Amino acid sequence: MYEDRVLDDRVHTSLYVDPSIFDAEMDTIFHNTWVWVAHASEIPLPGNFKMSHVGLEPVIVTRSADGSVHVLLNRCRHRAGSVCEEPRGKTSVFVCRYHGWSYDLTGKLRGVPHAVGYAADFNKQDYPLVSLRVEEYAGLIFATFRQDLQPLDEYLGRAKPWIDLFMKQGAGFGLQVAGAHKFRFRGNWKIQLENTTDAYHFPIVHRSFLTSLDEETEDLFDVLGQGGWVEDLGNGHSVMVMIPDLIDLETNLDAAIPERFQALADELTKDHPPEAVRRIVRAVGGTGFNINLFPNIACSMAFFRVLRPVAVDETEITHMALTMNGGPEAANRARLRLHEHFQGPMGFGTPDDAEGWERVQRGAAAGENLWILLNRGKDNDVSAETGMRSAYRMWKKMMAQNPATVTP
Amino acid sequence: MSAAKETLAAEEEAPGAQNARDAQGGTPPPLASHSPTARPRIELQDAVEFIWLEADLLDRQDYSEWLALWTATGHYVIPIDRDSEDYAAQLNIVFDDHAMRAARVQRLKSGLSMCASPSARTVRTASRFRRLGDAHGTTVIRCAQHLVEYKYDRTRILAADVTYHLTRAHGAGGALALENKIVRLVNSDDALFGIGYLL
Repeated sequence: MYEDRVLDDRVHTSLYVDPSIFDAEMDTIFHNTWVWVAHASEIPLPGNFKMSHVGLEPVIVTRSADGSVHVLLNRCRHRAGSVCEEPRGKTSVFVCRYHGWSYDLTGKLRGVPHAVGYAADFNKQDYPLVSLRVEEYAGLIFATFRQDLQPLDEYLGRAKPWIDLFMKQGAGFGLQVAGAHKFRFRGNWKIQLENTTDAYHFPIVHRSFLTSLDEETEDLFDVLGQGGWVEDLGNGHSVMVMIPDLIDLETNLDAAIPERFQALADELTKDHPPEAVRRIVRAVGGTGFNINLFPNIACSMAFFRVLRPVAVDETEITHMALTMNGGPEAANRARLRLHEHFQGPMGFGTPDDAEGWERVQRGAAAGENLWILLNRGKDNDVSAETGMRSAYRMWKKMMAQNPATVTP
Repeated sequence: MSAAKETLAAEEEAPGAQNARDAQGGTPPPLASHSPTARPRIELQDAVEFIWLEADLLDRQDYSEWLALWTATGHYVIPIDRDSEDYAAQLNIVFDDHAMRAARVQRLKSGLSMCASPSARTVRTASRFRRLGDAHGTTVIRCAQHLVEYKYDRTRILAADVTYHLTRAHGAGGALALENKIVRLVNSDDALFGIGYLL
């Protein structure tokens, strides 16, 4: 359905405003692809869990005793009560507080109070928490309702080498999620999906961020002027390279230390050999590219951007800060401060993005027969709308398929 | 800078005296009046008037006047985790030292920021004031703040517990000054929205 709403170089306004298209997307896309739910560092130990979503559906991501990861619908099989209302934590059991049904970390139904009230053929094995299929790449945990979907590895495909490059900012320590900013805007989820590979807006929308930087850093964030590009990675994924020098953080380690990190380098020198200092400092500001993974997660320079559709005109965004797992405190604090500078409800960048996206939704109330233009960038330069065209090509392909009704 | 630090350190040497003053309902003990470094106690009523002044400056967006209320060492903090006090070690919504505060004000007033030109209109009230005591040369006040913002066709509420660490800017008898301000939103760890003004 709706294939005629997406052309090669434009998409129809109804994709932002039509509630029936939103409903179809939740079924046809979010029930039929790999959806990102967690990073492995959020549930490091057996018993750890976090609440998340697959499309509109609340789930719990758990790590069970054997270390395996489970994604479970947060809904008691008896009369639908939620079994978890803590955003994250550690437990061995999820209990529905309504009638006391209890489930283990794999979703298995363990206990039913006053079980004598059930008929003899009542079998607890018939009522586990609904469990989704789970796969993981480089710490990124995805879930899907579809048992017959291609493996995650195949789905990520050409995005994988870029994910590997992104993870190099762990500087040998590995990355961990170290807090998150969460905010909502009144606009369709695809407005944010587009934005992750939109370098064109950066010098306009973020001018007040750019003027808050020192001269050297302001030059670094001249994203249109460094010969960057956008690449379609297939399956709706894309990468936008803004700072080519920061693609591979394990090369060019002899480069001069930027002025803004000199104090950090001096501090690290007290406890670390010069090679380690250079590696950490080169990684501390993150990469120079954004990877957009269809439909809901981006590895964006130095953080994870997670989008969650709430309604046709409401979207929740989470910006997860990343630090080096077990890395030097000074470097990790520097990463937190950099994240706070741009991201979050009162960052120097995010509120302007949110305002821009809301204005798109407000503007889309006019001209119901008009189209959204995505025809920019004939040579795939960094300001090309190539990544958006890639995402919408996948959208069209998925929406053209008959929505596979999945009954777990 | 070093003189200011010495003053703070000297005052920290007599925490018992500070507590004793609180216990006696505000009667200054002889020790305070004889100490050359101790500052006069900041009374609750003075603190309340100062906090109301600050609220009015923020609602009117007189941000340069607001900046002048601060000491050079102070921090403006809006944490995500309401229970933690180790702000430097965690991710915050705002964690501003003097330079970041100035940069923030410059950004909001630059006319270059879409969320702040125009920003939402705000009206805030502060109430439920409590004087929690004295620490590190400051008087600690906690209050409730209700802020209503309006922009386009939408009115929203942000409620917070706000902790103020107040001091005297230029020694005894000087004007009150903000050493720290910590704004703990009731929904600090839930989804917020783009905020183009100061809390």
